[in-house]
Amino acid sequence: MTYVKHLKRVAGFMGLGLLLAACAPTEDMDSSLKSGYFYATSGTQAMQDEDIDNPAFIWVDIGEEMWSKVEGEAGKSCASCHGGDASSLKGVSVSYPKFNKDDGKLRALQDQINAERTERMKAKPWKWEGDQMLGMTAYIKLQSRGMPVNVAIDGKAAPFYEKGKAFFNQRRGGLNMSCKNCHVDYPGKYIRANLLSNGLPNGFPTYRLKWQKVGSLHRRFRGCNKNVRAQPYKQGSDEYTNLELYISSRANGVASEAPAVRM
Amino acid sequence: MARKPRIKVPKKAKAGDIILIKTLYSHKMETGLRKDKKTGKIIPRMIINSFACKFDGKEVFSATLYPAIAANPYFAFFAKATKSGTFDFAWTDDAGKKVSAQAKIAVS
Repeated sequence: MTYVKHLKRVAGFMGLGLLLAACAPTEDMDSSLKSGYFYATSGTQAMQDEDIDNPAFIWVDIGEEMWSKVEGEAGKSCASCHGGDASSLKGVSVSYPKFNKDDGKLRALQDQINAERTERMKAKPWKWEGDQMLGMTAYIKLQSRGMPVNVAIDGKAAPFYEKGKAFFNQRRGGLNMSCKNCHVDYPGKYIRANLLSNGLPNGFPTYRLKWQKVGSLHRRFRGCNKNVRAQPYKQGSDEYTNLELYISSRANGVASEAPAVRM
Repeated sequence: MARKPRIKVPKKAKAGDIILIKTLYSHKMETGLRKDKKTGKIIPRMIINSFACKFDGKEVFSATLYPAIAANPYFAFFAKATKSGTFDFAWTDDAGKKVSAQAKIAVS
């Protein structure tokens, strides 16, 4: 029942994806790309369909708690500026990573949260893979659930997009494989025991059964890089943020599912 | 600090239906057996020690919890829908603090 509902929802967004493709200046947009949800087993899908069965919501609770917690010298919390709950941020997270004109850098959602913490709240930044950061990103992204991913890749973001694209297509590691070799060439096929997906980030931060906890997209990148026996970069590094922009642009038009459940 | 408990009760049901109720409350469930790594002192026990579900004041499900139960206790149980009313859920921790939640059901 819920599966059918989801199909309808995705079908709706696929229509939107086509519309976007018609007016957006990109050659890489492919509306046939599917969310990782379609590559998941029915059991994993069922976990994601019901919020109460979705373990990621324990992190959403953490995020909700941190939202109104006053920290730092400025005596502020997120709620001081953004209001009592995060619903004011509906539709914000789907446009990240985003070019920031103040420091001329590409910011992932995590970078933005930490910038707000250090600049406005005068508080300590959170660790990328800490429970608070995972919780807050999950909580903020939850507000935009169901909305199509929509990152800008033109203008100032274009050079970052190009770098991300180059990273995606660059062979690396002992196995000499690029992201493309699996996620463009062989989605739907098995790599040893694992089913390959289109490699879309629309469910992140996601509860991964293998990790038994919520993890960031950059943690997933590290795992992928290690699997091809390449030296992984750090979470929050420029390389990974650029790559996040590129694969988010591949997911443009696909509904955001964060916080999702994946294998 | 108290987090919102999460409950799932069907909004509508037919009389005589068996309905599934799911509840989850985020709690650390500190066993009282762990030691603080820095000080070496035992962290005092702090768990949810009882859970109860009442329907219009009458108990339909209850449980006593012990330290062996993992964090974020999750309960799923069945109940028979007979009439419209309100389910009252209550979690009590070792400090005696009670957290409650309500859910309504319309039975036709």
